Amino acid sequence: MQSTASHAHTSATDSSHGHAHHEPGFFGKYIFSTDHKVIGIQYGVSSLLFLLFGFFLMLVMRFQLAHPGAPVPLVGPLLEKVLGEDMAKGGIVGGDLYNSFGAMHGTIMVFLAIVPVLFGAFGNYVTPLQIGAPDMAFPRLNMASFHCYFLGGVVMFASFFTPGGAARSGWTSYSPLASVTDLANRFDGQTYWLMGMVLLITSSLLGSVNFIATIIQLRCRGMSWMRMPFFVWAQFVTGFLLLLAFPPLEAAGLMQLMDNLFGSSFFLPQGLVVSGSPLPVSGGGSPLLWQHLFWFLGHPEVYVLILPAIGIVAEVIANNIRKPLWGYKSMVYAAMSIGFLSFIVWAHHMYLTGMGTKVATFFQTTTMMISIPSVIILTALFISLWGGSIRFNSASLFALSFLPMFGIGGLTGLPLGFNASDIFLHDSYYVIGHFHYVVAPGTMFAVFAGIYYWFPKITGRHMNEVLGKIHWAGSLFFMNCVFAPMFIQGFKGMSRRMSDGGTTYFGQGIDPGVLKLNNMILWSAVGLGICQIPFIINFFSSIFAGKRTTSDNPWQATTLEWATPTPPPHGNFLQEPVAYRGPYEYSVPGAKTDFTPQGDKN
Amino acid sequence: MSQHSASTSASHGGDDHDHDIAAHVRTYLIIFGALLVGTVLTVAMYYVDFSSMALTVAVALFIASIKAFLVAGYFMHLLSEKKLVYGVLVISAIFFVALMGLTLWGSRDLPRNSETKTLYVP
Amino acid sequence: MEIPYTHTPRPDTGLYNAKVGIWLFLASEIMLFGALFSAYILLRVSAPVGFWPDVALAWPRGLLNIPIGTFNTAVLITSSVTVVLAWAALKMNNFARFRVYMVITVLCAFAFLGIKSFEYNDKFSHYVIRLQDGKALTGHIEVDGKHPRFWNFSDQWSVAKLTEQKVAKIKVEVDPARDINGHPKKGASHQHEVREVAVSDIVSMGSYTPATHPFFAVYFLITALHGLHVLGGALVLGYFAFPGAKMWKSNPEQFINRIEVGGLFWHFVDLVWIFLFPVVYLL
Repeated sequence: MQSTASHAHTSATDSSHGHAHHEPGFFGKYIFSTDHKVIGIQYGVSSLLFLLFGFFLMLVMRFQLAHPGAPVPLVGPLLEKVLGEDMAKGGIVGGDLYNSFGAMHGTIMVFLAIVPVLFGAFGNYVTPLQIGAPDMAFPRLNMASFHCYFLGGVVMFASFFTPGGAARSGWTSYSPLASVTDLANRFDGQTYWLMGMVLLITSSLLGSVNFIATIIQLRCRGMSWMRMPFFVWAQFVTGFLLLLAFPPLEAAGLMQLMDNLFGSSFFLPQGLVVSGSPLPVSGGGSPLLWQHLFWFLGHPEVYVLILPAIGIVAEVIANNIRKPLWGYKSMVYAAMSIGFLSFIVWAHHMYLTGMGTKVATFFQTTTMMISIPSVIILTALFISLWGGSIRFNSASLFALSFLPMFGIGGLTGLPLGFNASDIFLHDSYYVIGHFHYVVAPGTMFAVFAGIYYWFPKITGRHMNEVLGKIHWAGSLFFMNCVFAPMFIQGFKGMSRRMSDGGTTYFGQGIDPGVLKLNNMILWSAVGLGICQIPFIINFFSSIFAGKRTTSDNPWQATTLEWATPTPPPHGNFLQEPVAYRGPYEYSVPGAKTDFTPQGDKN
Repeated sequence: MSQHSASTSASHGGDDHDHDIAAHVRTYLIIFGALLVGTVLTVAMYYVDFSSMALTVAVALFIASIKAFLVAGYFMHLLSEKKLVYGVLVISAIFFVALMGLTLWGSRDLPRNSETKTLYVP
Repeated sequence: MEIPYTHTPRPDTGLYNAKVGIWLFLASEIMLFGALFSAYILLRVSAPVGFWPDVALAWPRGLLNIPIGTFNTAVLITSSVTVVLAWAALKMNNFARFRVYMVITVLCAFAFLGIKSFEYNDKFSHYVIRLQDGKALTGHIEVDGKHPRFWNFSDQWSVAKLTEQKVAKIKVEVDPARDINGHPKKGASHQHEVREVAVSDIVSMGSYTPATHPFFAVYFLITALHGLHVLGGALVLGYFAFPGAKMWKSNPEQFINRIEVGGLFWHFVDLVWIFLFPVVYLL
């Protein structure tokens, strides 16, 4: 697939290498590579596989919601065989199974799929190219990050096969539930989850150090801060979010590990009674402490999910409207504001924990404030379209549809950001609808746009446009069918995280019509899955038999990654690049073509 | 302990540079002394009965901050460091204060447990 | 193309890559230990009254050995100065002196860890015993003429275990009485009075482990994490002092930078202890 043309080293650099110059073997080239492009692809392949796995978990859950107590078709017997009778007797999704699939779906999608594909894959591959650098600042650290992530993924996956199954206390792993689900087993799925999280957090921390240092130190000559593509700015801010927000969760994870393994009571209050008997712990801890530490990461984490996605969308849109982005500077300042503000909004996830009005007002205010820079970025992208000569290809279709999807996701967040309305909507399906709109049609559309856009640079071939458009149309349609009904369900009182939608508690309280919507959602989810098949076929067949690109810059783009050979060799650029102008010089008056590359002297 | 006489400066710019470093070495040793004094002070303050807990904490943290400033400023060369490094540290400090401050502010609204419950007996 | 600025500073930032990297990493470590300190404060502030039976406190005080802690502080500060002197020695082209200082640094690190493990062991064999009359005793115990000293905390004496082993009486080396600030009470003898306690009088007992009280949980976690950083730092510095020192011959500038970066990490470890010591031991 990718011929790492390592012979493209120029002789000038050879003498200053200082180490023996031999061809790395298979392991050195593909498993233990320190080249950011190989690492990017490693992240990409792993994260997309985890994405598929997380999707499968969701399908099983949706089936249970639509047909409670019915055996899951096709995979029911497999579930029973693999996970055992207590979890999936007769192929029926038991309560514990539902909860563990729910917790792992969230964990896998956030930490093993989206962040690695946006930050690890696209970030690693594209960022050094776009700033004109030969690699990341710390290539070996980069490799260590990937292996840490991969190991964390293995641990998470292995947790499904422990006695008792995978963690089932939500992706948020709230104490005391997280510590009391399986008192008999010390090394239960929850412990694996915590160990996996420690590995994943370490991976992200190392990665963020690399990204920030690279962007600060390795920009080529002429690449000033305000000449960087918006994608790089997005990765830069994301790096800071990961760097400073993850450590408190690492601390909290260690604390919860101690609660689970050593019987401490960091998060366990006094007087806990589990199944009729008092819990054998000293007590004196605070469940709220876990929530604070978790959400201190949890909120910046969602901006980690969306910022690189916006970065990709900005690149694809700029290229396909053949004019500069409107309000680039505002977008940059907005991204920085989002980064800063995201650290002081976290308790809007905790409005129902009994905090006083002053604290709630503080977080409500900062939450409202952070919506402003988000709107600024979205508006700038919308306004950019005005007067553009818009090209509609698979990449740009996904990027353009990102805008209204993210808009819906963001707007539906407002009632959740207000303390008063959140009282009714907290932990309801409305929340699920809101955040899925942002991450599912939001970040995923950005991921698809990025794949269609950069595929020719990575492989030297185009993806098939017909399959791409089918993929796009189907995904857009079914995404909305899956998630839009959830807002209605939430308003009508359907509860999240319950394998029956909450009917056990509400009985006749929930409108049965609302529960019937689960059927529609199930079929739409299946449809969504089916529409990914053209994409998967397209992806693999294009690697081997796609239409070959006739130039190194098939999209006629301006940014520096298109000024390299295809695929870029080790060291990326044949000679040191220089940035002569801004990143989006399209349709410059008086120019011969409608694009003026950043690295071209004239 | 002076490094003056031991210098065989072949590749490092000659006497000027050495003098520079020698002055630094002297500074390091002075700071070392100051840190030890600070440690003794810290422990001595432990035996003083302050009027309130808040004052005790304030004194202890004040002395610790001075010691930290010395280590960071001189041993870590922060006093002569570039703006970028300051920037990163200031941002981290702000978020650290936000984490601690907002968490504590939020916890004040929790009901306080005024009666003791027996610790569980293993 | 080579990666630029690996040891020469970039003109606009004035820094070389590794220095940017280490400061970024230290920023994240500030958040890590900051979160742990925040947890300590929150747990302490919200601990219910009487939660620590000795002197009706919420939070145990005066349980940690201050002379040992002070000595450890001095050891770490010493290692901090020796690592920066090692860097200075390299800058003055004195490799032998560099190596001496690095060895002292690493020895200090291991001394610190050794003393810490002695402290840990002491904690695991120090008990808090609640009696039927509502009083509580703290101290080391003697069972059947043996002073249990444990290197792991899962092998503890409890009422159940004593009863099972048919032990009727244990001896307790009772700690001197303390006042509300955790200071030894004025006029109280510093000697440990040995008292005999009937097992039937004991309601519950537990040694100072993470499970006994959140104070110990935080104490063990934060000092263990700090200790891991000390160990990691010592291994890296030790590596640079010996096998990694080959780079001094091939690329002295980059080697000096590596020592500087390693030293920065080491100073941070010292900085954490400078706050840890008063907060956990003294306050």
